[in-house]
Amino acid sequence: MIIAVASGKGGTGKTTVATSLALSLAADGAGVLFLDCDVEEPNAALFLRPALDQSEEVGVLIPQVDAERCTFCGRCAQVCVWHALAVVGRQVLVFPELCHGCGSCTLNCPAGAIHEVLHVMGRLETGRAGPITFGHGILNVGQAMAVPIIRQLKKKHLTPGDDRVVILDASPGTSCPVVETMRGADFVLLVTEPTPFGLHDLRLAVQVARDELGLPVGVVVNRDGPGDTGARPRLDWVDAYCAAERIPILMRIPLDRHIAEAISDGTPLVTARPEYRPRFAALYERIAQEVAARQEAT
Amino acid sequence: MKQLVILSGKGGTGKTSVAAALAHLAAEDRPIVLADADVDAANLELVLAPTKREEHIFMGGQKAIIVADACTACGRCAEVCRFDAVIPHPYPPRSAHPPSPPRIGEEKGGLGGWGESYSINPLACEGCAACVYQCPAEAIHMEEQQAGLWFRSDTRFGPLFHAHLFAGQENSGRLVTIVKQQARLLALDEGRELLIVDGPPGIGCPVIAASAGADLALVVTEPTVSGVHDLERILGTVNHFRVPALVLVNKADLNPAHTAHIAAYCQARGIALVGQLPYDNVVTTAMVQGQPVTVYEPAGAMAHALRAVWAQVRARLNDAG
Repeated sequence: MIIAVASGKGGTGKTTVATSLALSLAADGAGVLFLDCDVEEPNAALFLRPALDQSEEVGVLIPQVDAERCTFCGRCAQVCVWHALAVVGRQVLVFPELCHGCGSCTLNCPAGAIHEVLHVMGRLETGRAGPITFGHGILNVGQAMAVPIIRQLKKKHLTPGDDRVVILDASPGTSCPVVETMRGADFVLLVTEPTPFGLHDLRLAVQVARDELGLPVGVVVNRDGPGDTGARPRLDWVDAYCAAERIPILMRIPLDRHIAEAISDGTPLVTARPEYRPRFAALYERIAQEVAARQEAT
Repeated sequence: MKQLVILSGKGGTGKTSVAAALAHLAAEDRPIVLADADVDAANLELVLAPTKREEHIFMGGQKAIIVADACTACGRCAEVCRFDAVIPHPYPPRSAHPPSPPRIGEEKGGLGGWGESYSINPLACEGCAACVYQCPAEAIHMEEQQAGLWFRSDTRFGPLFHAHLFAGQENSGRLVTIVKQQARLLALDEGRELLIVDGPPGIGCPVIAASAGADLALVVTEPTVSGVHDLERILGTVNHFRVPALVLVNKADLNPAHTAHIAAYCQARGIALVGQLPYDNVVTTAMVQGQPVTVYEPAGAMAHALRAVWAQVRARLNDAG
């Protein structure tokens, strides 16, 4: 079972939900693999505090041209849609920042003068947080491309037929890093908050997960009002939207300053509030039911 | 013309609420232009009530298309694609033990591969065209895809350039660049003195595009373990691209110890901390009303704090360049 936790809007509580779900399932004896796929800003380790004992550099394979064999025919530059190669006189220039590592230049070089070397863009770290197997990817500061790191993180850890519960913590947004995280998931859990921004971005996240990728989705409403400060109007828009779209609301977490304070210190929700543990176990049961219902339907 | 970009690293720290308030305050003393650079979850329009004036199509990258009639199902495309974008059909394979998909460099015996036909998953296709050049039947071509829309709108504080990247599309960095270029051109044409860019979360390609050419970055953070961790990475990123930064702590009283840590961290690096905003639901209430918080409750503590922030940002912008 692979569950991706996503949101559209940032800061709605993806990592809070993902880590507490993992901790609750692991405490009940389930095998859990947790992958933090927000490689631009990976934060799950701050809550799960894994002992990381393995690290490897990752990136894309970029061309290196053997000057002895190169005939400077210009074919490599011609086939590269990223303009990551340029042939200037009797020199081939390679721009690693532009290269997506597709290998087309290597395949097309008539002289066989190109071989590929790793251009490091980040690293993968692996370890254990108690019973949870933990992995995350870290994009190096100044690097632009998150997707290759996410792809390699998933490739490293995911094998077909794995019977563990796999939890993927996605980055905010709805573009390529989020798609790369959701691909291959059995279920997408969308964490939102009952605000105009939360609802607006929830709609976009549903478009990606359900409409583009065809995956079953469910919603967690975090900071559900009116909460302890009393001042905020309760918004039923998220409920109305989910009802109209027939998207199940699987859990609600109230707006509670004490929860926010615990999380600000890196304390997972279920550690600060153990009474949430059975609620996360029940959340998983609901997800399993939704996935089973979907499999029966297809 | 000066360019201010609002960033955060971590999502949900209050970038857009701060951007809307600064738009209101800045527009009181100079003509401004606004750009929403969070093109995959654009929210600035929700608090600025823009009137759309122009709508333009954004063409994203190209995607490969396999013409089924010409395809001989040799499987070469699946072999060379490094993005798992070529889908063999039927999938999963009918036989109980399908041959594993061939890998680059492996010799493959004639036609067949492991699919009876192949198609491209457009969400996975990187647009590299490697398959186009390798297809022996010339059955694959590239097609330009519409990946989104961008808009020029009017707001009560000045023109707003914003965009909508379609669900799951790539090239958000390029769309950010277009939105910003258009905003800059209008600012130069009309002699507008300040461009405020509401940036995306993270540190990757759209953030780099949003920060390019900025005179100043205002980084909005929060006193949480995640906020502190992400602050260090976003400050590293803007420093890498030589954009000077200021820091603003939102929800500062949520965790005074972390706020003190952020202050010490900034001081040690010579980065000015330009304000601490209280943890206050008035921001959400203003958002629900579709107003910047400085308009919704102009005499409140939050508006007061934001005015002080704007005074410091304005002073730094005047010093810059």
